[in-house]
Order: sequence, then structure tokens, then C-alpha cells
Amino acid sequence: MADYTKMWTELGLDLAGHDALLGVLGGAYTDIFLSQKNRPEGMKYFDFVMSEVHGLRIQELMDAKAQGRKVIGSYCVFVPEELILAVDGVSVGLCAGAEFNSEGAETVLPRNTCALIKSAFGFKLGRVCPYLEASNVVVGENTCDGKKKSYEMLAPMVKDLYVMDMPQMKSASGRTLLKEEYKRFAAKLEAVSGKKITIESLKKGIDTVNAKRAAVKRLTALRAADPAPISGLDALLINQVFFYDDPVRFTASVNTLCDELEERVKKRTGVFAAKTPRLLISGCPMAVPNWKLPMLIESSGAVIVGEESCVGERGARWITDAKSQTMDGLLDQLTDRYFNIDCAIFTPNPSRVAYVKDMAKKLGATGVIHYSLQFCQPYIMESGPVENDLEKSGIPTLRLETDYSQEDAGQLKTRIEAFVERLQKK
Amino acid sequence: MKSAGIDIGSRTVKLAVLENGKLAWSAKRVTSYNPLETARELMDGVAFDAITATGYGRHLMKGHLDCPVISEITAFARGARFFAADCGAILDIGGQDTKAIALDREGAMSKFEMNDKCAAGTGRFLEVMATALGFTLEEFSQAALAAGKAVKINSMCTVFAESEVVSLTSQGALREDVAMGIHKAIVSRSASLLRRVSPQGPVFFAGGVALNACVRKLLEAETGRPVFVPPDPQIVGAVGAALISHFFR
Ligand code: SF4
Ligand code: SF4
Repeated sequence: MADYTKMWTELGLDLAGHDALLGVLGGAYTDIFLSQKNRPEGMKYFDFVMSEVHGLRIQELMDAKAQGRKVIGSYCVFVPEELILAVDGVSVGLCAGAEFNSEGAETVLPRNTCALIKSAFGFKLGRVCPYLEASNVVVGENTCDGKKKSYEMLAPMVKDLYVMDMPQMKSASGRTLLKEEYKRFAAKLEAVSGKKITIESLKKGIDTVNAKRAAVKRLTALRAADPAPISGLDALLINQVFFYDDPVRFTASVNTLCDELEERVKKRTGVFAAKTPRLLISGCPMAVPNWKLPMLIESSGAVIVGEESCVGERGARWITDAKSQTMDGLLDQLTDRYFNIDCAIFTPNPSRVAYVKDMAKKLGATGVIHYSLQFCQPYIMESGPVENDLEKSGIPTLRLETDYSQEDAGQLKTRIEAFVERLQKK
Repeated sequence: MKSAGIDIGSRTVKLAVLENGKLAWSAKRVTSYNPLETARELMDGVAFDAITATGYGRHLMKGHLDCPVISEITAFARGARFFAADCGAILDIGGQDTKAIALDREGAMSKFEMNDKCAAGTGRFLEVMATALGFTLEEFSQAALAAGKAVKINSMCTVFAESEVVSLTSQGALREDVAMGIHKAIVSRSASLLRRVSPQGPVFFAGGVALNACVRKLLEAETGRPVFVPPDPQIVGAVGAALISHFFR
């Protein structure tokens, strides 16, 4: 990696803390990803992206900013990238997946806050996330209570925090609210960028994001093959890079990888032996570099074939139908697309478990691991009914609750191994 | 064929050998700072054709003794059926964890739960509390059985409960009554874990804590379910692993 010290200093990063973070990240990446066997060639691109995640990509953001483009950071898949692209902005995900500076985070947040939020604050207070520091606008959303309230504390720490309101029910008034909020967000984007959203620019934004999602959907479909052509870890990584990378380049790279995977499927080669127990993960998002659970699972004799998660299916599943020729019509279609997302903050949320069953069937998964971050009320609350429903439908389910620390790794491994043994009927 | 199972637990290592479907031999030894060494000593001179490892130290065997490994949850599920052919619910309280397992009619595992990260309510907890009260483990259980009443223990954290126990006795509470309180606390916690996986029917009780007569009695009373303890409740996991050795052949 080139020397980016100057750029990091200009961004106001704490170099010592940042070095420590990169050190841990690099080590973990080598141990977890590079040590995997039979990886597709196409993963090289993503290895490169990860090795430059705080380097080249940030340089690109800085270059974009120098050209007058705006960087918009966000924490949720309800924030439409299409609108950001429509003002020629750059969209970056800010969710944090590493335990870093929890003590710092706990000076402003209660201890029993989920690791995702805590980590985001740890990054902010420790000044180690170049994406956050490079963002012209940070977009929050009123989803779970943890995020909603924590934005109040984040506001004074960032340049421009914009909070989007969110419906909690899939009702007509809920949809109206979402559309109104997207309109308000569009106006905000126009104001910060000084650019007007036109029918053409919005259509172009929608096409770009549609293509990106279509590529990921293609990848998802290929994972139905046995033997699995790609590991769950690598597929998760791609879903994580989804939130950071240049969308057009990302799309091309995923498609190239998919061409290779298609060949693998034809030749019946894969990363694990055929008949390896196949699992689905369902639940909270896994932000980069949270690879803890997939790593434990795939070193316990199983392969992950899908993620029912916002970093996964819930983020990529729906494509926007952009046929309308009016601005209002396009906004309607965008709203329709996003209103499908079955996040646990909605009540009730029956389509989520229905889709988990669908996915299990389509991808040939024989078991589901329900993953919740500790203290994540929406997903923990939903996990009981989801488990009961799946078990009743004959899909064995294991419910796990964990955080970013490594202290429960042994315990988790025992549970996961026992679950895999249950699937193998040992 | 002689198939063996070794269960490398946090407190004890157990070895069992099955021959023609019968338990031919078993032994156990307290785990030292070097569980691998303890396992070797235990296996020294014991003949078998195949072996499977289980227990929290199961992965330690990799590279030393190239044998299959199985999680302790599966090992207990299999082992329990060896001792009780129709068993549907298992409670295992070991040195540092508690497990509850439900089996379907065919004996396949249908659900399981484990205690959280810490040792609250496990064998280790009982040991620390016995020592805090000046009892051996055997005396501890007897004292609790002889108690007139139970003093309520509020904390299940090993560290806090220890100081709670000390302060209770210094305030004049009878050691026996405190002992009973501790036993009750463990049982109510384990029973709720059990209830989460299996609501009714006889309970197969295994692990070192099943040797404790007071826990056994309270468990029956608390759950209202018959409790069955095998002749040596500590070797159930090792026997289960030995049964699995067949599977791998
Ligand atoms: S889980 Fe819900 S709140 Fe979190 S990113 Fe997904 S949609 Fe947003
Ligand atoms: S993981 Fe749960 S608690 Fe944490 S931010 Fe997401 S929805 Fe909120």
C-alpha cells in the first residue's frame, strides 16, 4: 500500500489508533480469508479492495470531493443510494464491525448498546474511520431505538448530520411517510450538492444501483449449487464491499466473478466437498470486518449459502422498476422498492420469516442460524417466533446472540458444531 | 471391536471403552494445567480400535492423536440413549457449563441450550461455594439436605455469591440453610434451561453435579418430573463419543 499518511492526517485521523486498527484488520484478513482453500480467482479484486480499503478508495473519495462531488455516509439500507447518485454524489456505508475503543464509546452510550452502534461511536471518538471523516453529510434514520437516540449524541460530533424519519408499519400512511422522507432527502441532497435531480439523473442512478443489485443477485443464485462455488465468507465480503466501492466497478467485478463461478458450477467444482451441510444466516447485519460467526461456522464443517441480512439479501433483493416518465412517478417506484425491506423494526413483519423459508428452499440450505447482536431488541425479539416458525416447517434453527468480542468463541463453536452434527444426524 | 471415547472436560478427563455394545472399561482423572497430558496418561495401556474425542478440549487432540471430534452436546445426546433407551430430555451440569438437550423419538437431537459465557450455576460454582462455607463437596450436599430452611441467594455470579455467602454466615445464618439456598438457586436456573428445550417427561441427569444427592432431589421437586441418574453420570459424554466411533468407521 502506498503512503497515505498525509491524506489521513488531513482527514484528522488519529494515526496511532488508525495504525493499530489496520494492523488488526490486516492480520485477521490474512488468517480468515487468504487461508481459505479453492478460492475463485475473481476474489483477487476484492482482496485488493480490502487491502486498499483505507487507502486507494479514500483517495478516490478525496478526488471526487476535489471535483465538487459530495460524499454521503449512511448506516442503513433504507437510505437510497439512487438519490445520492442522482446528484452525482458518492454513497458510502458507515456501519462498523470491529470492537474498537469500546471504553470511549461507553463514555457516551449505555453499556447495553449493540456492538454496531458502539463500534460506530468508538470509531468516531477514536477518529479512525476515514469514511466517516470524509463524509460531507452523515445520514441517520429512525429505525431502532438504539440508533434513533444515538444520533442525538452523534449530531454534535459530525459536520452535518441529517436524520430521516422512518415508518414502523407497512401501512398506507407508513408508505406515505417514507415517500415524503425520500422527497425531503432529495431536497437535502440538492441543497448540499447544488445540483438538481432530473428525471434523467435519477433514472441513471436507479440503473446503476439496479445493475449492482442484479450482479449480487446473480451471485446469490449461483450459491444454490452443490458443491458451493464460493465460500460464505467470500460472499459476505462481497456484500460488505457493496457499501464502499465504486458501484460501476463493483458491478463489473461481481459479474466477472460470476462468470467464473458459472464455470465452476458446470464443472461441479467448489470450495467445499459436495454434500457439505449447507446453512443460511438470518438476522442482524454483519458490517466489515465482522467475520466472527461465518468464520466459526465454516471452520465447523458447514458452508454458508446465503445471508438473510441487510448485508446480503435484504439489501440487494429488490430491483427498482423505473418505468415512470415523471419525477413523482419515479419517487413512487423508488418508495415501492424500499418499502419491501422486511427489517425487524417493522411490526408486524411476517414476510421476513416467509422469505427465510423461501431462501432455504431455493439455496438448498438444511438449517438456519439466527444471528442477533447482543442488545439488539428488534432482532432478538423476532428471533423466538422466527425459530418456532422455521422449526415447525421442518427447518432446524439455531439461535445465537453475540457481539464483536472473541470471549465467547469457544462456546459458540461448541453450539455450532452440535448444530451441524444435528443436521448430519450423527 | 473396541471403540473408545475421550471427554476432555474443564474439570475432569473421562475415558470409556465399549466392546460388543457393552461398557467394557471407564476411567476419569482431574484435568491438570495440561489437559492433553492428562488425556495421554488416562489412555496409557488401554486398548481400543477407534477413538473419538469430545469435551471443551476436543480440538486439543488434533495433530496429536488423529481422531474424529464431536461436540459434547452430541456426545451427551448419544451417551444418554446408551443408558436410557427411551430418554427424551437430558440435563448435564458439568464443571463449567450446563446443557439441556431434547431428543426426538428416534434419539436425534431436536433442540439444545447452553448456559451463557460464565460459570454461574455450574459445578465450579458449587465447588467455590462449598469451600466458602468450609465444606467438602460431599458434606455440602449432606448439609443442604439436613437444612431446616433455605436462605435465598441473590447473586449467581461466582465472585459475588462468594462474598454474599460469607456475609450471610457472619450475620448468623446457619451454614446448612445457606447451603440449601445455593442448591436451590442452581436447580432453579438449570430447570429453566431445561424447560426451554423440553417441557415434560423424565429427565436424564448427567455430569459431575448429578452426583450431588441434594441437587437430584430438588430437581425432581422443582420440575415435578422423574429424574434418572446413570451409575456414573460423569462418563456419559465419553460413552457417547465411543458410540460415535462406530459412526466414523
Ligand atoms: S437491519 Fe434494519 S435498521 Fe439495520 S440496516 Fe437493515 S433495515 Fe436498516
Ligand atoms: S443491530 Fe439492532 S440494535 Fe444495533 S443498530 Fe441494528 S437494529 Fe439497531
